[in-house]
Amino acid sequence: MRHGVARFVTGFLALPVALYLFYVVWPFAQAAGYSLTDWGGYSDTQNFVGLDNYVRLLSDELIRKAFWHNVFFLITVPLFTIALALFLAFLLNVGGREDRAGIRGVFGSGIYKVIFFFPQVLSLVVIAVMWQQIYRSDGQGLINGLLIKAGLVDADNPIAFTADPEPFLGVPAVLWWLLLIAVWSGAGFYMVLFSAAMQSIPKDIYEAALLDGASRFHTFFRITLPLLRDTVSVAWVYLGFIALDMYALVFVMTPSQGGPNHASEIFASVLNFTAFQKGQFGYACAMGVALAIFTILLAAAQLRITRRDRIEY
Amino acid sequence: MSVTPENFGDLSRRTLLRRAAAAGLLATPAVGLLSACAGSEPSKSDNTGGAKSQDNPFGVKDGSAVKVVVFNGGLGDQWAKEDKVIFNAKHPNITVNMSSTQKIKTEEQPKMATQPSDLVMNSGADIMDRSTLINEGAIEPLDDLLTAPAWDSEGTVADSLLPGTVTDGTQNGKFYVVNVAYTVWGNWYNAALFKKEGWQAPTTWDEFFTLAPKIKAKGMAPYVHDAAHGYYPRWALFASIWKAVGKQPVIDIDNLKDNAWKADGIVAALEPWEKLVKDKLLLPGKLDHTQSQQAWLDGKAAFIQVGTWLKNEMTATIPPGFEMTLSDYWSKPGDKAAKDVFASSGEGFVVPSKAPNKEAAKEFLRAILSKAGSAKFAELTKSLASTKGSGDNVQDTALASANSLMKSGSTDLISFKFPDYYADLDKESQNLAEELMAGRLTAQQFVDKMQAAADKVAKDSSIKKQTRTA
Repeated sequence: MRHGVARFVTGFLALPVALYLFYVVWPFAQAAGYSLTDWGGYSDTQNFVGLDNYVRLLSDELIRKAFWHNVFFLITVPLFTIALALFLAFLLNVGGREDRAGIRGVFGSGIYKVIFFFPQVLSLVVIAVMWQQIYRSDGQGLINGLLIKAGLVDADNPIAFTADPEPFLGVPAVLWWLLLIAVWSGAGFYMVLFSAAMQSIPKDIYEAALLDGASRFHTFFRITLPLLRDTVSVAWVYLGFIALDMYALVFVMTPSQGGPNHASEIFASVLNFTAFQKGQFGYACAMGVALAIFTILLAAAQLRITRRDRIEY
Repeated sequence: MSVTPENFGDLSRRTLLRRAAAAGLLATPAVGLLSACAGSEPSKSDNTGGAKSQDNPFGVKDGSAVKVVVFNGGLGDQWAKEDKVIFNAKHPNITVNMSSTQKIKTEEQPKMATQPSDLVMNSGADIMDRSTLINEGAIEPLDDLLTAPAWDSEGTVADSLLPGTVTDGTQNGKFYVVNVAYTVWGNWYNAALFKKEGWQAPTTWDEFFTLAPKIKAKGMAPYVHDAAHGYYPRWALFASIWKAVGKQPVIDIDNLKDNAWKADGIVAALEPWEKLVKDKLLLPGKLDHTQSQQAWLDGKAAFIQVGTWLKNEMTATIPPGFEMTLSDYWSKPGDKAAKDVFASSGEGFVVPSKAPNKEAAKEFLRAILSKAGSAKFAELTKSLASTKGSGDNVQDTALASANSLMKSGSTDLISFKFPDYYADLDKESQNLAEELMAGRLTAQQFVDKMQAAADKVAKDSSIKKQTRTA
């Protein structure tokens, strides 16, 4: 009988595992292989060059710049997205006045939930095209148009948004503007995720806290946040992946894809330039592998640091 | 270089995601996938060759099929469909499988090493790097196309082409890229408006700077350009450099000669641009190509610098009574080659080395370059074809002004080769051109930074060097 079950399970798993091996794992291995060659991408000739590509990575100024830009996103995207999502989720679920029905969200929270989740429904391209209109850098742009009409911005000197490389807090302005889009489009999903987690926290815990006279501030930091620890940790890892990518936004929103003058260059945009414009696929594969290793280490470290005993309720 | 970037409106979710995947974190699988077959055997041509004749100089086999990929950008793709009709009139038994796309590199690059299309129009923003294609032996030299008889005129194909077309397509002494369009660049203005206001279109920088306050007084910005794609302002800067110093210093620049950028006159050539930015003569805002072109059509700016595909690209929104007119880039006193025009052949077709039916690909190119085909091209796109006389029978102010500019006494055509030769310098010069036009660099700093970038490429032994002779 046990033997039969094993065969049954294997039978079901064989195909998906084979597909996964062939379409995911094997290409990974191949990319790692190519990263040890000087393959140009358009021919079937390539020479083995050992670890040369990786050595070159270490001294590549552009890659270093791109790396720090990715680190900027790695810190800010999860931080701001989770903070905003938590804040919204708290308001929508337990932020309202308590009454006879017990603890609940602010007035109209059902509608807000739909509105905040909306960006998640839109495709990336729609989001990018929409923000191009919002960020348009003349009087016809949504933000510039309003600010110029209100007299807050000089019509001869409108906000340049993603064409602005001037540093703000030491980071090119263009990255902050991209960050705003990333947070806006991501917060809705995590709000729903946190909402679901919050709803599974028993209401009596909150009611007990309220009876003891805890303020909203305290309920959030003493009850909600600790009980959401697992969910936040997972969200942090997901958002870390997104922050290490950011390619679509940079590609569509910035001048000369990574500009102005490399101000928004990220790992993926340098990789794309190296592979497809410079024709150095071997070197580009090395970048991809390096990024993959970095990502895996990061995820492992993050999950380990945040691991704690689970609270049962 | 003569490309128009695709409209973002045409980006589909799928291609964007695929690109995101091709380079982002998910990347590694995608890169691996598209390279999955790189080591396999090249596909053999199944063409054993038909009989060669005057009408069939490459010996295309009857009953074979040829796959043609057309870039569907600013020029559309209707002209290519007309070429298919012309081709099939002579070769009714050869099947032409034509497809058009804006994603040339995304779709064609993965196939290059194994199963490429027979004829690819390598154009647009998503372009396969030309030097890489040639260095990797991925595309076929087409010198026999040049010596073949022309489709429907006397002499060879080479005889029927406009000046510059053969040199533009030649690299390392061999002819690889067949450019089918002929583009002229310069400053565009609305002749009807200028007539109404009594303005003279300037030919020199001095005249422009005198006219500019009058334009500003009408509530109009004197100048606008695409600030989102660095190669747009770069055309203008390069034109000024060539006009100021002439051909030889530019050849030195292309050949990465020591201190080539420091040659006398180059900084001075760029100073009027620096002044134009500093004097706030640009339309405020960092607009992209279609936005800036529309702003110009809407009368927000008097001049825009761009190439002759402009008319076709904006055709849907040109206001009635608007007379699109092309004038040459402005020169200044003492310029060595003030009359030279910025024109070149562009929109290049390539034949992949591993294409299964190269003979038919070359034959199809002969049809594109025919008198009948090129006349259709000019008629449909309002742009010149690289075949002589294509625009002679088309009535259009934009095309006529480009035609007359070509006949205005230019001894040489302005051309810079280093962006085609070196991807790093291509990127750097685009970035620096944007910076100069944003007022963040002076002319002197631009030149210094270009010199530094050129030195870096010259020293890099991993980059294969090219030589320009003419």
